[in-house]
Amino acid sequence: MTDQRRRGFLKGMLGVGVAGFALGSGIVPLRVEAATAPDGSDWPEKAFKTPGVDETIAELYGMEANESDQITMDLPTIAQNGAVVPVSVETTLPNVTGIALLVAKNPNALAAYFDIPEGTLPFVSNRLKMAETTDVVAVVISDGKAYKATQNVKVTVGGCGG
Amino acid sequence: MASSIRVRAVENNGVTALKALVRHPMDSGFVKDSAGNVIPAHFIKVLTISHNGKNVFVANWGPAVSKDPFLECRFKGAKKGDELTISWIDNEGASDSTTATIA
Repeated sequence: MTDQRRRGFLKGMLGVGVAGFALGSGIVPLRVEAATAPDGSDWPEKAFKTPGVDETIAELYGMEANESDQITMDLPTIAQNGAVVPVSVETTLPNVTGIALLVAKNPNALAAYFDIPEGTLPFVSNRLKMAETTDVVAVVISDGKAYKATQNVKVTVGGCGG
Repeated sequence: MASSIRVRAVENNGVTALKALVRHPMDSGFVKDSAGNVIPAHFIKVLTISHNGKNVFVANWGPAVSKDPFLECRFKGAKKGDELTISWIDNEGASDSTTATIA
């Protein structure tokens, strides 16, 4: 902890000045750059509230996704703890603009989706919660079309219980 | 208290690999506490990674992302010593931001 505090202090002094210091020490959650700070207004509330994989893809991207073998998913086949399941997605599809991760049997299927601007590689690694043994679906938007890949995960302890 | 975001970004052969770990409860809204009361949903909605004022990665997260979310991504166009800004905002309007230097 001392180390981190010192690092935050140094970063504040050398890097972005007073605002950075306040930030590094966690006193004021300031935005360093207003232009790039997210405001959450683009967040697709409806897509995140839709149950069912196909319905969610339709809500999010307005189209159906075709199966593709050019999407590589890296996730465990058996997850001991459904609260933390590491999921990686990589694809060789060209011109990728977005990747979405869906968990079929969660109350709301959409777990996360990512905007991939030009210059960013179509790769993402994330940790997801899943309620029970379920399919995990990765959706990739390539050349304006949607593609998906599915892999099943056996969950021994659910991540949504109390 | 230090920043809620821990970042490590390494440039190699023109590709920057970034790993970020954010401290956040990410409550799903489905879990009950010991008294049987539902813990309301509290999760990060949007996390952005920007380089030179341009977003290189935007993550839109729902409550199904694990507690203390971890993210890894890779992008081109940045070099060693460049600064990255990582910011997030949650569904209660709280936000945090930090900068990291590419190693």
